[in-house]
Amino acid sequence: MNTVIKVENLSKQYRLGQVSTGTLSHDINRWWHTIRGKEDPYLKIGETNDRTTTGNSDYVWALRDINFDVKQGEVLGIIGRNGAGKSTLLKILSRTTAPTTGSIKIKGRVASLLEVGTGFHPELSGRENIFLNGAILGMTRNEIKRKFDDIVAFAGVERYIDTPVKRYSSGMYVRLAFAVAAHLEPEILIVDEVLAVGDAEFQKKCIGKMKDVSEKEGRTVLYVSHQLGTIVNLCKRAILLKNGTVVKDGIASAVVDHYVLKSDGVSNNGYVFNTDTKKDDCYFEEITLINSKSELIEEVAFNEKIKLRIKINHRKFSESVLVGIGINDKFGTRVCTFIKPLNELTKANHLRTTFSLEIPSNIIAPNQYSFVCALFVPGRHPVELIENVCSFLVVDSGTEYSIFEGVDYGNIIITPKWVNDEEIF
Amino acid sequence: MNHYNSEEETWDLEIKPKTSLFSLNLKEVWRYRDLMLLFVKRDFAAQYKQTILGPLWHVIQPILTTLMFLLIFGKIANIPTDGIPPVLFYMSGVTIWNYFSACLTATSSTFVANAGIFGKVYFPRLVLPLSIIFSNIARLGIQFGILVIAVLWYAVFKKNPVAFGSQWLLLPVLVMLMAGISLGLGIIISSLTTKYRDFSVLITFGIQLLMYATPVVYPLSFLSNKSYAWIIYRNPLSAVVEGFRFALFNTGSFVYSSLLYPFVFMIAVLLFGAMYFNKVERTFMDTV
Repeated sequence: MNTVIKVENLSKQYRLGQVSTGTLSHDINRWWHTIRGKEDPYLKIGETNDRTTTGNSDYVWALRDINFDVKQGEVLGIIGRNGAGKSTLLKILSRTTAPTTGSIKIKGRVASLLEVGTGFHPELSGRENIFLNGAILGMTRNEIKRKFDDIVAFAGVERYIDTPVKRYSSGMYVRLAFAVAAHLEPEILIVDEVLAVGDAEFQKKCIGKMKDVSEKEGRTVLYVSHQLGTIVNLCKRAILLKNGTVVKDGIASAVVDHYVLKSDGVSNNGYVFNTDTKKDDCYFEEITLINSKSELIEEVAFNEKIKLRIKINHRKFSESVLVGIGINDKFGTRVCTFIKPLNELTKANHLRTTFSLEIPSNIIAPNQYSFVCALFVPGRHPVELIENVCSFLVVDSGTEYSIFEGVDYGNIIITPKWVNDEEIF
Repeated sequence: MNHYNSEEETWDLEIKPKTSLFSLNLKEVWRYRDLMLLFVKRDFAAQYKQTILGPLWHVIQPILTTLMFLLIFGKIANIPTDGIPPVLFYMSGVTIWNYFSACLTATSSTFVANAGIFGKVYFPRLVLPLSIIFSNIARLGIQFGILVIAVLWYAVFKKNPVAFGSQWLLLPVLVMLMAGISLGLGIIISSLTTKYRDFSVLITFGIQLLMYATPVVYPLSFLSNKSYAWIIYRNPLSAVVEGFRFALFNTGSFVYSSLLYPFVFMIAVLLFGAMYFNKVERTFMDTV
């Protein structure tokens, strides 16, 4: 297989803060170095791009010494946290900005779906916009004419084709925009989370198009997404970016696992009892979400157990106190509840208890959830109620539902038995 | 690393930090000519959607300006007009000047105004300023039409002979000079504004001031013995405006050799502009 993209020592430096008089003096200094044939003085400084810590320098490296190759027909997933450099990489690939050092070599035409609807003019009709947008994306007039009917059919806007696009519904607008981009037929396609837009039917169309493009037509696809399930499903290979460098490159599922497990983004949404407030009787001291290695986490893969560790301080409690733990979805609707009498979790003479609740894997569907923890006596006001604690994300580890990621298909996944009843009759 | 020397790989595209000064890639611009045409169309179609008078605005604006100039510079200031009927004198000045100022104003905001598109997709950036130059030629055509009607009206009703002759061949040359100079200046200024917005402030009143330093509302002959005349002569646009009137009316103190200066000036700003534009277009998204 041919290498179609070759990224070599690619780096990109950004200047932070306002462009102002400081910029002018730096520019002059830089220019003065250049005309004497010296190196740019500001390239030596600069720090890795870590948003959470304050740096000393005005310059940061959004990308630093990135190297990778992409073969023809490969579908490469690019993952990483916000600010890891994914978008910068795509920007350089789609030539909207130039790298600071290093190079990218490319064979064939590159088109990106991050430009959906670029140059659409609200006053112009759908027809006029197809031509304008197509031309902006690099198609010639004849090429667009040839594909015009296909584009209109794909978008499903036949009736509105001569209406200004400002009268379109947002769904129609996005469909039309995507339809143009989808008919570009580039050798290399860059997709950046556009799938989040549009309705479910449309998402399926998009993913289908991506699959067609790579499998049937042998084109190369670079796919950037936070939806790890689709990454595992669509991509054979993935790279993980962190603070502007490639930290993992390999089989998609392995890279996704690495990304989910190695959650160095320490969870800080656990609950710790504030010792300033006085509480007697019985109360929660600490509630944390952990993985199998007892590290704090915020994300759990679908095929992993969810483990909630709870510390309860109970100098004095009535026999009938129950521990209730519920999982709420992101809208606050209860998904399920677990109840256990406190005295079954502890021994009578102990003052505090630590236990964990282990929720089996492969049940809670990929989505965002949080816990509700309570100590209560049935029929009475709860002794203690802590809501919205340890919010966590169940990450799709490649379920059969991953193509519906972002669509609400419920909060649990059960594998049922599908029985063919025809044989009975 | 050089195991593959025998089969040298060929790449369609190499994205590198720096390119040579003049890698303008006009071939690529040519490949995108359809886009340029569509931009011109868009400028036209979009501008007059939801207006009542539509393209008629192209007619109204120069007529009103001409009348205003006639009142202020003709009647109040009493500036001579080289023997040309004042209405025609001012209208001709306004026509050619409008082309220059419209081109310069629009091209000088290329980067800032189109950051949205430029930030998402690549196409040769030069396509946009070029499309502005062309769509303004169409507007110039409309205004020139009015000017011709006015000239004919004067010929029929005021017995002012039409000076039609070989000097009309100068017109396309003059328009080309105006286009070149405004494009050159425009892309230089638009490149500067990506970092320093000061220039977008400068351009709005700079153009106004420049008009008074160009013989738009007075003939060049009016300055013959004035001590400040050298300023006006230094202005490369003076010869172009003066030449425009000469071509139309065959009057004034115009000599062909005076066009050499604006021509050299045009080449200089185009070269420098292309160089600077080329440097800025690669990374302007980071600073704009």
